[in-house]
Amino acid sequence: MLLKQSPEFKYSDITPRDVYVNRRKFLYGMGLAGGLALAGKALLDVVNPSARAYASTKLGGLASSPFSTTEKVSPEQVVTTYNNFYEFGTDKADPAKNAQKFVTSPWTVSVEGEVGKPRKFSMEEIMKLAPLEERIYRHRCVEAWSIVVPWVGYSFSTIAKLVEPNSNARYVAFESYFDKKQMPLWGRAGIDLPYVEGLRMDEAMHPLTLLGMGMYGETLPNQDGAPVRMVIPWKYGFKSAKSLVKIKFVKDQPPTTWNITNAHEYGFYSNVNPKVDHPRWSQAKEVRLPGFFKNTPTQMFNGYGDQVASLYNGMDLKKNF
Amino acid sequence: MNSILKSKWTKAVVFLICLVPLGVLIWEAFTGNLSSNPTQFLEHATGDWTLRFVALTLCISPLRKILNQPQLIRFRKMLGLFAFFYGCCHFSVYLTFDQVFDLHGIWADVMKRRYITVGFSGFVLMIPLAVTSTAGMIRRLGNRRWTILHRAIYITAIAGVIHFYWLVKSDIHLPLEYAAVMATLLGWRIYDHYTKAPKPAPSNRPVAKQSTTTVAPD
Repeated sequence: MLLKQSPEFKYSDITPRDVYVNRRKFLYGMGLAGGLALAGKALLDVVNPSARAYASTKLGGLASSPFSTTEKVSPEQVVTTYNNFYEFGTDKADPAKNAQKFVTSPWTVSVEGEVGKPRKFSMEEIMKLAPLEERIYRHRCVEAWSIVVPWVGYSFSTIAKLVEPNSNARYVAFESYFDKKQMPLWGRAGIDLPYVEGLRMDEAMHPLTLLGMGMYGETLPNQDGAPVRMVIPWKYGFKSAKSLVKIKFVKDQPPTTWNITNAHEYGFYSNVNPKVDHPRWSQAKEVRLPGFFKNTPTQMFNGYGDQVASLYNGMDLKKNF
Repeated sequence: MNSILKSKWTKAVVFLICLVPLGVLIWEAFTGNLSSNPTQFLEHATGDWTLRFVALTLCISPLRKILNQPQLIRFRKMLGLFAFFYGCCHFSVYLTFDQVFDLHGIWADVMKRRYITVGFSGFVLMIPLAVTSTAGMIRRLGNRRWTILHRAIYITAIAGVIHFYWLVKSDIHLPLEYAAVMATLLGWRIYDHYTKAPKPAPSNRPVAKQSTTTVAPD
């Protein structure tokens, strides 16, 4: 019987003598290196926040808009990881995690109601109804924080005119997509779903009122209301309904989700107004994210008073909050 | 078990564990992980830990009796003071970042917003408890008065939960979870009080003189 006498070690397997002798030091060194690597990674994360996990398409040839603010645009990381989208969870970080698999294609929006030409628009059609503009708007949440977002879209009036609203159309009702299967956390939201919102006709037809299809030069991330949403910059954020599936022109003031939830706290108009307190938050100041201090004074109509104040001439804005 | 509970090292270890939430927050602050709204993140984190430490403090008396481990009393004061400590952190974040030292704004908030009224009351109620937490103060107050005073922790617990419940906009699951925990802890005390008609055995609180008729604030 032949016993194969292969060596058990190669020379290179043998621990060098000085490493062996200083093996404790060596282990400390390993620990230190590991610690430094972790610290380094944390540091890198600060310098260069992790890449966004959602898929988006670049939108080229965007026209700039005279409505854009010159204020500093908020970091994209903030706008895409800090969201109120209760269908995907009530924590601000939830939507970015839970909306990843939200299917937004194919997508159609039904535009109907008191109109001459009711119609269903595919997302492809919506993208081509008018040249896409970049509009940098201030966005003020009712929770007293604010961001500056470079939206992409065009005035809502563009699509409205195509369906020819009749003289009965005094309000517009918006409805967001709702699917319990895709939105398993819906039961925790504590609000009636689907999410519904509404505007008065003159508010909806105002050129500032945007039908948004993108931001930061790309299509909307799911958590920010893909594929198409409303953006009404002089109203608190919750007025700007996300992931629209229905736009209905109606005769009477439509019900709105937060007003249904708590009429005492959320009015139909919900114009940004530093003088009308919310029961939970003073609206006099806001924190510009990602800052720490809530010391930015809130402006009437979020600073869009020159354009929109005339819509509310003669109205008691304390009563119609 | 008893020797572990009696060891001074156990107390040191528990003390360090109680500091872990603060350490984590500081770590997150230095690594830029306080979310996009750092102030709100800090407010929620410190508020959560205040409620948790109030609940932990209220766990001591039931556990002493149920597990028959009277030595657990050694940790009650520390946990209570940590509840106060995290409450102070909570208030400091609100004072510094939310109100930016606007005392008028704070007073307006306290008067106007019921969730702040009730939360602030719960916090203020902890101040006399923290001040009178020393053995010397127990002696000065007398066990009976001290015990009555320290029942205020029950009000703080209830106020804290209501504060949270009134604060959230629509998702009330988390406040209700806290409410269930506090209700259990306070409910046990009511149950304990009425099921043992004769006064329970004198507590093992490390106080020299005490009358045998006193009831620990549990």
